[in-house]
Amino acid sequence: MDALHAFTVGEAARHVREGTVTSVQLAEALLARIAKLDPTVGAYLSVDRDDVLRQARAADARRAKGETAPLLGVPIGVKDVLNVKGQPCTCGSQILAGYRAPYDATAIQRLREAGAVILGRLNMDEFAMGSSTENSSWQPTRNPWDTARVPGGSSGGSAAAVAADLALATLGTDTGGSIRQPAALCGCVGLKPTYGRISRYGLVAYASSLDQIGPLTKDVRDAALLLNAMAGPDPMDSTTLKAPPVDFTAALGRDLRGLKLGLPREYFIDGMDPEVERAVRDAVRQCEQLGATVVPVELPQTKYAIATYYIVATAEASANLARFDGVRYGLRVAGDDPIELYERTRAKGFGPEVKRRIILGTYVLSSGYYDAYYLRAQKVRSWIRAGFDEAFRRCDALLTPTSPTPAFRFGERTDDPLQMYLSDIFTVTVNLAGICGISVPCGFTGAGLPVGLQVIGPALGEETILRVAHAYEQSTDWHKRRPPLNNNG
Amino acid sequence: MAWQADIGLEVHVQLRTRSKMFCGCPNAFGAEPNTQVCPVCLGYPGALPVANEEAIRLTVRAGLLLDSTINLASKFDRKNYFYPDQAKNYQISQYDQPLCSGGHLDFEVDGAPARVRLTRIHLEEDVAKNMHFEAASGIDFNRGGTPLMEIVTEPDLHTPEQALAFLQALKQVMQYGEISDCNLEQGNIRCDINCSVRRAGDSALGTKIEIKNMNTFRGVFRALQHEIPRQIRELEKGRPIVQETRRWDDDASRTESMRSKEDAHDYRYFPEPDLPPVRLDAAVVEGWRASLPELPAARRARFVTALGLPEYDAGVLVADKEVADFFEATLKAGAPAKAASNWIMTELMARMSATSEAISALRVTPAALASLIQMIESRVINGTTAKDVLGIVLAEGGDPKVLVQQRGLAQVSDAGAIEAFVAQVIAANEKSVRDYQAGKPAAFEFLVGQVMKLSRGKANPQLAREGLKKQLG
Repeated sequence: MDALHAFTVGEAARHVREGTVTSVQLAEALLARIAKLDPTVGAYLSVDRDDVLRQARAADARRAKGETAPLLGVPIGVKDVLNVKGQPCTCGSQILAGYRAPYDATAIQRLREAGAVILGRLNMDEFAMGSSTENSSWQPTRNPWDTARVPGGSSGGSAAAVAADLALATLGTDTGGSIRQPAALCGCVGLKPTYGRISRYGLVAYASSLDQIGPLTKDVRDAALLLNAMAGPDPMDSTTLKAPPVDFTAALGRDLRGLKLGLPREYFIDGMDPEVERAVRDAVRQCEQLGATVVPVELPQTKYAIATYYIVATAEASANLARFDGVRYGLRVAGDDPIELYERTRAKGFGPEVKRRIILGTYVLSSGYYDAYYLRAQKVRSWIRAGFDEAFRRCDALLTPTSPTPAFRFGERTDDPLQMYLSDIFTVTVNLAGICGISVPCGFTGAGLPVGLQVIGPALGEETILRVAHAYEQSTDWHKRRPPLNNNG
Repeated sequence: MAWQADIGLEVHVQLRTRSKMFCGCPNAFGAEPNTQVCPVCLGYPGALPVANEEAIRLTVRAGLLLDSTINLASKFDRKNYFYPDQAKNYQISQYDQPLCSGGHLDFEVDGAPARVRLTRIHLEEDVAKNMHFEAASGIDFNRGGTPLMEIVTEPDLHTPEQALAFLQALKQVMQYGEISDCNLEQGNIRCDINCSVRRAGDSALGTKIEIKNMNTFRGVFRALQHEIPRQIRELEKGRPIVQETRRWDDDASRTESMRSKEDAHDYRYFPEPDLPPVRLDAAVVEGWRASLPELPAARRARFVTALGLPEYDAGVLVADKEVADFFEATLKAGAPAKAASNWIMTELMARMSATSEAISALRVTPAALASLIQMIESRVINGTTAKDVLGIVLAEGGDPKVLVQQRGLAQVSDAGAIEAFVAQVIAANEKSVRDYQAGKPAAFEFLVGQVMKLSRGKANPQLAREGLKKQLG
């Protein structure tokens, strides 16, 4: 038997079901490994050891009574932006220092119903704004493959924890690439489902029309298992889709014969890292060998995506973050009147990138600028969506790099927000169009840094992209490689 | 030189729904502060709104009653501004696609017909209630997030009297449509006033002043009574009106400046991404149209033509939907229209105004009132006794028929008994008898009164008169 921390979700669930491992053993193995390695990685903001063990014992009791559930006893880490009742939920921000969530997010509630044990809180860029987790107010998270480099972001803690075997799987959120980009940079699988596939109730909003919860896992099957548990309409979120329940694992295990995969010209740009391009092109050829037909497609809207994203996302963020004012919860810096209280609380509580985006979003919605920015961005967004519709008339899914570069060094892009924003150039379009995408490991650079292949599907096309990603993954062993951390734990 | 005022109103009406606009918390007045709250209406991180379909139905119903165009496609927007009574620091409202557009309300001012055109009707969430104490302030979020409908009028009103009459007529429609309880003490209707003046004959409207947060109709009336002459005085002194927002100080009887146009908020409206656009089914809306209630004006006309009530009675009864409903229920229980109207307009409404109770809160039911009236009609009791019986019913409740029986209040119509009372009265009042016989009619009325007194009010007054006349010759 492998060390318990090295299990996939599927393996762990099977062992619990068969009685060969208990949930408490899994939890203890992970807690021990976190205690040993997380001081180096910095993935977790907090772990409530007693609470984890209590949940694990409860799972074992359910098992003893003969109950079964797809994720029974499996510990899963959670990005610090999702509400877990009684646990901190700081969103990586000082403005929520000391705040404890009064309720469970719907996704958390569904994981619990599926038997999962909710593990600790994972580090992130403040309010999910960033691509390196360097914008966390609390701590840096290091890339397990090279601790001098960032894990990507904003779900950097979630990706690093999976890569370093500090969790069997984690939840992240993806507004412009925040699951897929860190998954690529840390060498794990990251799925951004279709907008509305998983309820956002209990996800602290950054950009409401773009945010989506998704899993970060060690393999594609685990992503399907977690999606099974969380997907489906929710009366608490009016934007969830009324799609019938599906077993996403049913699409796995088939080859790619009969599938047409599009290769968008605009996603292989000048200036992208040659090693990344080579790895992705190799992956494309591998897909052809597995039976897929690869066709060139065009997505001419791509070059407007970053600008569009930074208008839509910041506009929504400027309103979403207005509630953090020191009146009802979180940090309060006293003032002589409400305005002063707001100003002082927000000046102290928010970091520079959050302030930058609030100011940008406020500006693009202002009287006299609305038409030129926000309204225009909405039109471009419709056009981007139309571009994907057009592309999906000619193919079943798209293959692209997830990120133009592998993991970069700390501080390398912090002085240049625009350079940082370009980290998401291949991922933001998926959010703007409300469609789905998955990043799967597709190789390593000469320096040993992971590279990710992105498979993009149409709205509600998760079965297709999971099938493609799974077939590719199973024909390689990239996903089995482990970073060179102290692995004796 | 004559001046004309142009007044438009933005009327906020709290809707009669069981739950709040975007969450399941109760929409009820009077609970302990912050007991009807949840993560959604407190704006907690991660909470999401879900639109209340009943509130949408009631808003459309208001639009149907006011002849608005119902927009089958509409949406919610975020209105951004920071204030402690707002949990999210934005209000979910409707900006450029309201549920209802246009419409009008016909009403009367001193008997003359008037019409006010509506600009729009939209739906939003109410804010919480700020409370100020000596050393601190508190916020009660029970009201926060309750459904609030805003009716915006064109500047078609010209006098304080018209504004008051319009508000009263609008309140009637809201009550008739069961859209709102319109309880002013509970803040069910509040409004903002837009008011400008211009010289008679000028085609363009003057510069408008907004007066915010009016909680009473009387306040609106008084504020306009002061604001219109203030603007005229300014203009006559050659000082132009500058667009601004003012507040009405009822104690000082004046409006005062709150903020100028330069300080006006930029609300940065944008479509609410947490709520899908509202799409109404035309057939469903037509179904709602088919179930609209009779409006006060139509009901009033029916009371006059079909029931033969005087215009005045009809107007008084329909002014309060509950009163008119009570009246119709009394008729259904067997009372004639005019008698029922008289009893309601005098005895019951006197009681209501003395105790500030709604008619539904009185202990008398339509059936009880009808049975009381029937006992008068069939001469079981006389009017005086009936008032006493009603007094008992109002104070203690009970069935008038049972009360009359138990307490022996039935009228004495037995000829022998009345003859005996009459004989006794004639014997004891020789002087009055002489006066009567000398041709003084007042003396006869005195003698009738004595018979009634002797019978302790129970003698049938008609029979008493007849008996007296007979015995006095």
